[in-house]
Amino acid sequence: MSNDILDMLSLNERKVLPHLNKGLKEICKSTGLKKEAAIRAIEFLSNKNIVKISFSDVEKVVLDVNGINYLKKGLPERNLLNLLAEKKNLILDEAKKISKLTANEVQAAIGALKKKAMIRIKDNKLFLEAKPEEISNKTLDEKFLEILPIELNKLKPEEKFSLDNLLRRKNILKIERGKVLNWELTELGKKLMSEKLESREDLIEQLTPDMILRESWKGKRFRRYDILSKVPEISGGKKHFVNQAVEHARKIWTELGFKEMSGNLVQTSFWNFDALFTPQDHPAREMQDTFFLNLSGNLPDKSIINEVKKSHEGNFAGSKGWQYEWKEDEAKKVVLRTHTTCLSSRTLYELGKLKDKKGKFFAIGKCFRNETVDWSHGFEFNQTEGIVVDKNANFRNLLGYLKIFFEKMGFKKVRFRPSYFPYTEPSVEIDVFHPERKVWLEIGGAGIFRPEVTKALLGEVVPVLAWGPGIDRVLMDHYKIQDLRELYENNLTKLRKMRFW
Amino acid sequence: MATITLDKKEFEKHVKFNAEIETKISMLGTPVEKVDEESISIDVSPNRPDMLSFQGFMRSFLQFIGKKTGLKEYKIHKPEKDFEVKIDASVNEVRPFTACAVVKNLKFDDNKIKEIIDIQEKIHTTLGRSRKKIAIGIYPLEKIKLPIKYLALNPKEIKFIPLESDREMDGLQILSSHPTGREYAHLLEGKKKFPIFVDATGEILSMPPIINSHKTGKITETTKEVFIECSGFDFKTLNKTLNIVVTILADIGGEIYSMNLKYPNKPQVTPDLKPEKMKLNLENVNKLLGLSLKEAEIKKLLEKMGYSYNKGSVEIPAYRIDVLHEVDLIEDIAIAYGYDNFSPEIPEIATIGEEDKKQVLAGKIAEILVGLGFLGVSSYHLISEDMLKKAGKSEKLEKIQVRDSKTDFTILRQDLSCSLFKVLAENIDSEYPQKICEVGKIFKRNEKSGTGIEEKTQLACFSIPCNFTQIKQVLEYLGRMLNLQFSLKETEHPYYIPGRTGKIILKDKEIGVIGEIHPKILKNLHLKMPLAGFELCVDGLE
Repeated sequence: MSNDILDMLSLNERKVLPHLNKGLKEICKSTGLKKEAAIRAIEFLSNKNIVKISFSDVEKVVLDVNGINYLKKGLPERNLLNLLAEKKNLILDEAKKISKLTANEVQAAIGALKKKAMIRIKDNKLFLEAKPEEISNKTLDEKFLEILPIELNKLKPEEKFSLDNLLRRKNILKIERGKVLNWELTELGKKLMSEKLESREDLIEQLTPDMILRESWKGKRFRRYDILSKVPEISGGKKHFVNQAVEHARKIWTELGFKEMSGNLVQTSFWNFDALFTPQDHPAREMQDTFFLNLSGNLPDKSIINEVKKSHEGNFAGSKGWQYEWKEDEAKKVVLRTHTTCLSSRTLYELGKLKDKKGKFFAIGKCFRNETVDWSHGFEFNQTEGIVVDKNANFRNLLGYLKIFFEKMGFKKVRFRPSYFPYTEPSVEIDVFHPERKVWLEIGGAGIFRPEVTKALLGEVVPVLAWGPGIDRVLMDHYKIQDLRELYENNLTKLRKMRFW
Repeated sequence: MATITLDKKEFEKHVKFNAEIETKISMLGTPVEKVDEESISIDVSPNRPDMLSFQGFMRSFLQFIGKKTGLKEYKIHKPEKDFEVKIDASVNEVRPFTACAVVKNLKFDDNKIKEIIDIQEKIHTTLGRSRKKIAIGIYPLEKIKLPIKYLALNPKEIKFIPLESDREMDGLQILSSHPTGREYAHLLEGKKKFPIFVDATGEILSMPPIINSHKTGKITETTKEVFIECSGFDFKTLNKTLNIVVTILADIGGEIYSMNLKYPNKPQVTPDLKPEKMKLNLENVNKLLGLSLKEAEIKKLLEKMGYSYNKGSVEIPAYRIDVLHEVDLIEDIAIAYGYDNFSPEIPEIATIGEEDKKQVLAGKIAEILVGLGFLGVSSYHLISEDMLKKAGKSEKLEKIQVRDSKTDFTILRQDLSCSLFKVLAENIDSEYPQKICEVGKIFKRNEKSGTGIEEKTQLACFSIPCNFTQIKQVLEYLGRMLNLQFSLKETEHPYYIPGRTGKIILKDKEIGVIGEIHPKILKNLHLKMPLAGFELCVDGLE
């Protein structure tokens, strides 16, 4: 057992082990290790249960900025003293000039030297009083600077005296709160210490190309590593987690036989609203809800415009319509799409030109709304869109597609409620059950396109199952994100830690 | 979506509230938002303004759970003497229509007064589009003298004390200094004449759609009879709105009286509570819903939604405004059947799935760069003015701005680099090196596109600390993996250091730019290390 542990000790740990009954400074002295390396070795030994470590709070006297400088170049009084030792006497102003000290430093130096009766001042002139051996000896203050840092409660009386002296002067010393490492040998530690550490030069540290080539490892042993010790974290490149989720959703739709639609984020109101039977005075078409650009777009050809106009004004496809005067100018207004459903309206229009009006289409993409940004709102969001065009499609099929999609997205329980959208009837609100929070989350809308929509776009009334739930809430739930803003904040530290979909 | 709050005690006079009833309420299409000791808050969607009050909601809900099903009949009394509103041609230019009624035998208490005010406000904000399309006025009959005149006058000639005020004002003063006047001033702004209702003694009752008169315009607990008017631009809509209001008053015990409306051309009588009829094809119902309901079942379901059914014909309650087409009836049948009773089913139709080519390419590019240790980021398409400035874009740049944004993000990005600069600037505390990339859309003006805006898909790729050689290695690796021959040609670009900037060329076409970012931009972004990157257009790369 103890042999195994000895095999695991690194070089530094091995160096430190015999000296563990001494203080840190002595350990450094005896092993030749730097303080940090010695501490680290002791910490590693604690991982191996050889010592028990703890940290206690201490106040330490440490060098401040001037102190660090003085330790290298000498205190001002030392500089002045050396100068006087050479010149014997000096005019005060001259002393300032020659010594290159600041006025404050000269003042302090004179004060310190006078106190020790090493100089005398007369008629603005400095005279040397100290004996040669006094000059060559280090002062208590100087000695004190050299032993720093030191714990405040371990000061000897003469050190305490120097501390008080120097603290009065500018930025020489400061007192810092810190932690100090304490350790205690465990039973195992005591046992190991008592054993004679045989030389372990036969233990291999790093395996080198040379060893492999010469097979010099033969007959030697590898130092055992502590495989449980912590290693620094690394991270790799990866796709943004929102894109990972979008790719997952895209895969589900294609597996279900859907074809992907693509299209622009900038759309005319015609495709975003009018073609979807949204009356021109609908609140969603106001600037406070939707981003408008100062542009007027082109409308498609006259025939489709007329159909859409009729659908709004009434007596079209068996509907009373909204019964108001539909205006082209309103339809020309350019917006950032408020839903991916504008892609469906365009797809239906294209499909209308074909003889066989059927198909399954999907899209996943960004949509916009004029919103402030907070934990649950944003001005950009992701939506997943789908349509099924088929003369036999029905409401139960709609629920079927939605149920399987959300099951594949990880929600085992899906619920449907009545809802309202201007362009679908029946309309559905989709809820998914959150198993941990035990609540239903509202995910978004779906329905069967109204005949006013399909007649205008397809040229005939064919059932079109349609949905456009947002997926950001699903993402937040999956990644356990509480704040919507985190989806797009691009905090690289978080992105590196974020797990895969 | 409007929220209404039901008094729980009143609710429980009809049915005990519990978890099952709460689900039932949601399954009517009116989700329960909040429940506490005293009240139940529910959301009412904009197609059902008839449910915007306690009475209106209970009427539908009780039918839905099988109590008092079928079409509810409301009795209308003939107009009494002077139950008349004369509409002057002068209103044609400003607010041409009104629909009116009288309701008698009312017993108001605090709750009911509050409810009446509530429904007025709820209809104003939803169906009425903030009073633009519809404004409703309700007046205590004992304070006014019939018949009424609806006319428009020069605003200076209109003088009365408005509600919540103690002094007489003229039409313009109301718009400029009365709080409600200021709120709705835009609805009458620029009009030569403002509409008013005046009673037989010449007293002004109100100036729609702004405000009632202090003297005649407030219902109190002693009010027993009321005069109601709805004003706006579409007579049919006003009629329906009036129906919603009078049927609620009838539900709290009132008796409805109609009024003669003397329009210049054609006299009318309102309210008209005769149910509209609509044909219903049973096959259409079953086909659309995927069910096989029998006629008797469909009849029962329709009755649960307040309709009556007889031999393919449905009678629609006069307070329903949302039934435009047979499908609206079919949805109500589905609601009555219970959305939770449908069994979801996927039909067996063979179709072939297909991903968009652009997305496939974007995915490929991301995978290549991820292999080199790049982190994909996902940024907004809108950027702020401040960010443009930091990226050193000149003031003169023609920006594509969205109108009235509620945030600082007001400009559609014209390149992706700017978005990535933002990411780097916001991550100076994250560990370096940082290597980020994004495939996303950018926007350019283009007269030839249908919207005036052309969208391009770009790839941007930045690495810090990084030099030209290292970023060129990335570009070349990408090119080799995609089997594309990118070549470079020296160029200048505001983002990059002159002499370390190249155009990226593919088949003689310039598709992007690569280089080391200029230190003045790094300074703006507070980046302390050299940054290099490239951005190129990926449209048509494959």
